[in-house]
Amino acid sequence: MGVIWNYLGDPAHWSGSDGVPARVLEHLEYTFLALAFVCLIALPLGLYVGHTGRGSVAIAGTANALRALPDFGLLVYVVLLISGRLPASLAYLLPSVLVLVILGVPAALSATYAGIQAVDPAARDAARGMGMTGSQVLWRVEVPNALPLMLSGIRSSMLQIVATATIAAYVSLGGLGRFILDGQSQRDYSQMAAGAVLVGVLAILLDLIVAGIQRLVVSPGVTGRFRTAGPGRRPSLVTSSQEGSVVQTT
Amino acid sequence: MITYLQDHFQQTVERFYTHAWLAVLPLVIGLVLAIPLGWLASRYRRVYPGVINLAGLLYTLPSVALFVIMPSIIHTKILSPINVVVALTIYTVALMVRVIADALIAVPAEVRSAAVAMGFTGPGRFLRVDLPIAVPVIVAGLRVAAASNVGLVSVGALIGVDQLGSLFTEGFTLFVGSIVLLGILLCVLLALILDTTIVLIGRRLTTWQRAVA
Amino acid sequence: MIKFDSVVKRYPDGTTAVDGLDLIAPSGQITVLVGPSGCGKTTSLRMVNRMVEPTSGTVWLDDRDTASVPAAELRRGIGYVIQQAGLFPHRTIVDNIATVPLLLGWDKRKAKQRALELMERVGLPTDLARRYPAQLSGGQQQRVGVARALAADPPVMLMDEPFSAVDPVVRAELQNEFLRLQSELDKTILFVTHDIDEAVKLGDEVGVMRVGGRLAQLATPAELLADPVDDFVAGFVGRDRGYRSLGFRAAGDLPLVTEPTVRLGADRAEALRAARDGWVLAVDEDGRPQGWIDVRQLDAGTTVGPDLLHRGGTVAKEDDSLRAALDAALSAPSGRGVIAGDDGRLLGTITAREVVERIEAERSAGAPADTREPEPAAGSRE
Repeated sequence: MGVIWNYLGDPAHWSGSDGVPARVLEHLEYTFLALAFVCLIALPLGLYVGHTGRGSVAIAGTANALRALPDFGLLVYVVLLISGRLPASLAYLLPSVLVLVILGVPAALSATYAGIQAVDPAARDAARGMGMTGSQVLWRVEVPNALPLMLSGIRSSMLQIVATATIAAYVSLGGLGRFILDGQSQRDYSQMAAGAVLVGVLAILLDLIVAGIQRLVVSPGVTGRFRTAGPGRRPSLVTSSQEGSVVQTT
Repeated sequence: MITYLQDHFQQTVERFYTHAWLAVLPLVIGLVLAIPLGWLASRYRRVYPGVINLAGLLYTLPSVALFVIMPSIIHTKILSPINVVVALTIYTVALMVRVIADALIAVPAEVRSAAVAMGFTGPGRFLRVDLPIAVPVIVAGLRVAAASNVGLVSVGALIGVDQLGSLFTEGFTLFVGSIVLLGILLCVLLALILDTTIVLIGRRLTTWQRAVA
Repeated sequence: MIKFDSVVKRYPDGTTAVDGLDLIAPSGQITVLVGPSGCGKTTSLRMVNRMVEPTSGTVWLDDRDTASVPAAELRRGIGYVIQQAGLFPHRTIVDNIATVPLLLGWDKRKAKQRALELMERVGLPTDLARRYPAQLSGGQQQRVGVARALAADPPVMLMDEPFSAVDPVVRAELQNEFLRLQSELDKTILFVTHDIDEAVKLGDEVGVMRVGGRLAQLATPAELLADPVDDFVAGFVGRDRGYRSLGFRAAGDLPLVTEPTVRLGADRAEALRAARDGWVLAVDEDGRPQGWIDVRQLDAGTTVGPDLLHRGGTVAKEDDSLRAALDAALSAPSGRGVIAGDDGRLLGTITAREVVERIEAERSAGAPADTREPEPAAGSRE
C-alpha cells in the first residue's frame, strides 16, 4: 500500500505542466466543459419532453440504446474519425469532449424527463386551474419539484464524464488519466496508483459538492427534510432515495 | 473490417469469450453478494443509510481507478484479469445493493402479512414471497449493471487484459477505424445478448405478471 | 351566476361526456352537481374554467362568455378546489395560499397578510404557516386548498369533490365549516360530488346528472327528496327519503311536557320520587341533560352517578328540525325525547307519537313553507 505514496510524496511531482495540480485542473476543465454542454442539451430537451409529453418513447429508447455502447470504444472511434480533419490543437480535445457529452447526456436527460413526469398531477392540475400559464406551471411548479431527480441525473452524468475523461488520456488528452497511462508505459506502478487515487478522490469530492448544492437548492418540502416533524411522512428514507445517485433503471 | 475478422477470427472469438466471462462473473457474484446485504439494509432501517452511502461511495469511484488500485489491495499482478473481475464485482454490488434494498422495501406490507399468516417463515418466506415480487426491479437494475460491465471490461485493455477492448487499442495504434468499429459492434452484440438473457430469466421467474397482462 | 347554455362535450373517440347541458347556478348560492361515475359532472365543472373546452354551447359567467377571455386570466378570477388538494409540495403553506394574489401582482406583504388571515378563516393554526404540505394531515391540507382558492377573493368557486379524500369524521367537520364560511362570504359556488348525502347537506340547489351527461333534475334538496322526477333520480337519492326530508322542516313549537329531573349525585330516594315509568332524566347543576337513569338499576344506598347513565338518547334543540325531534324521541331509552334550548338547558320532553301527530297535522293542513335546515345530525350527536 505504501507504494502509492511514493509518487505523491515526491514534491517534484507537484509542480510543472505535468504536475498534480496542473493535471487536476485539466481534468476539471474537461469535466466542466462537457457537463456544461450536457446540461445545455439534456435539460431543455428533458423539460420539453416531460412537460409536453411528446417524444417520451424516443427519448427512453435512445437513452437505453446509448447505454449499450462501450465508452472506451466510442472514444477511440470518434477520435480516429475526426481528429485527422482538425487542427492539431483541437485534434484530440474536440472528439473527446464530443464523446464525453454524448455519453453524459442520457443520464441527465432521462432523469430530467422522469423528474418532471413524477410531479404530482394534482399539483399540476391545481396550478393550471389557478390561472398559471404553461411556462409558469413549468418553472414555478414542475421544475422545483423535479429538482431532486434532475440533480441526481446531473450527478450521474458528471461521474460518467469524470470516469471517461480519465480514459481519454489514452487518446492523448491530459488530465489525471495521464498518470495512469504514463505510469504504465514507464512501468511505474506508484504513478499509476497515484493517478487512480487522485481520480477517486476528485470524483468523491465533486459528488459531495453537487450533493451539497442539492441540499441548498431543493425545497425542504420536496425532500422531506424538516426541522420540525409533522404528521407527514418519515424523512429518513425519502432523503436517501432522492439524494443518492439515481440508478437509471428506465 | 471483414478482412480483419477473417484474418484474426480465432483471436477475436477468444477475446469475445474472455470479455463475456469477465462481464458475467462479476454480475453473478455481485448479485449473490448484494442479496444478503440488500436484505440487511431493507430489514434493519438503522443499517440502511450506512450501507447505501457506502455503496454510493464505491459506485462514485471511476472503475479504471479501481482496476489500477486492485493489485496493491489484493496483491495480484497488474496485468491480471482478476483485477477486472474483483473491481467490477465491487461495482456491481455497489449498484445492486441499493436496487435490492429498495425493491424489498417496496414489497407491499399486506403481502408480507398474508404470507406470515399463511405460515411462511424466515428464509422460506424470503425466497418464495419477497424475492419473487422484487424480481422485476432487480432485473431492471441487473440490466443496467450488465450493460455497464460490458463497457467497463473493455477499459481493461488499458491495463493489458486481452478482450474486445484490445480491438480498440489495436485499432488506435494502427490508426484503423474499422477495427475499432468491429470492437464496438461486438461489444454491443454481447450487451444485447446479456440483456436479452436477463430479461428472459426475469420473465421465467415472474410468470404471474404475464398472466395478468 | 354561472350559466350553461346547451353545452356539449364530445371526445374524438366518440364518447359524449356532457350532452346538451342547460343549467343556471345562481349567484351567492351553492349549486351541487351530483351523479354516478361517468355522468359528466366533473367535466361540466371543468368547462367553467376551461380546463376542458366545450365542443359546442356557451358557458357564461354573469354576462361574460368564458370563451372570450384568455384562459389564464379567466382562471385567476375563479377559485378552484380539487379532491387531492394539489398543494405545491415545494412551497410553504403561506406561500401556497398566496399563489393567486401573487400571480395577480399583489404586493408581497399584502399577499402574505391575506394568506395568514385566510388560514384563520378556514380554521388552521397560524403556526403552521411555515410548514410544508407534507407535514400536514389530510384534513389540514384540504383546508389549505380552500384557503388558497379564496385568497384573491374570487366571486365564483369551483369545487371538485373537495372533501371526498378524507375520513368521514373530518369530512363532516369540513362540511360544517364550509357552510359557515359560505354564510359569511356568499360566493357563487359550483360543487361536484358523488355523495348524495353531501349534496343534500350542502346544496342550495342540487342537479342530478345521469350517465351520458344529461341533467335529470335540478331542485332544492327538499324538493328532490319529496319529488324525484323519475326512477333513476329516485334510486340515486336513495331510501329513507321521507325520514330525511323531515330534516328540512322546522320543529316549530312542539307540545313539550315538563320533565322531572334529578341532579347527579342525588340519592336513590329522590330518583325514585322523580321517576316516571321507571326512568328519570339526570341533569348537571346548570340543568343540562346528561342521560337517563333506570331506577331498577339503583341498588339500595347508591347515588345517581355518571357510570349509571344511559346516554343513548339524542338531544334536539328547540329550533332543530322535525327529524331531530323525532330521532330524540325514538332514541331515548325512556321513550321521551329530550329537547333543550340553545344554551343546552332542558326545556322539556316529547314522545314519538306526539311528533308524528304534528307531522300528520301539518300534512293535512298543507305543509308550511319548507325552511332549509342544515342537517343537524352530526352536530348534536357528537
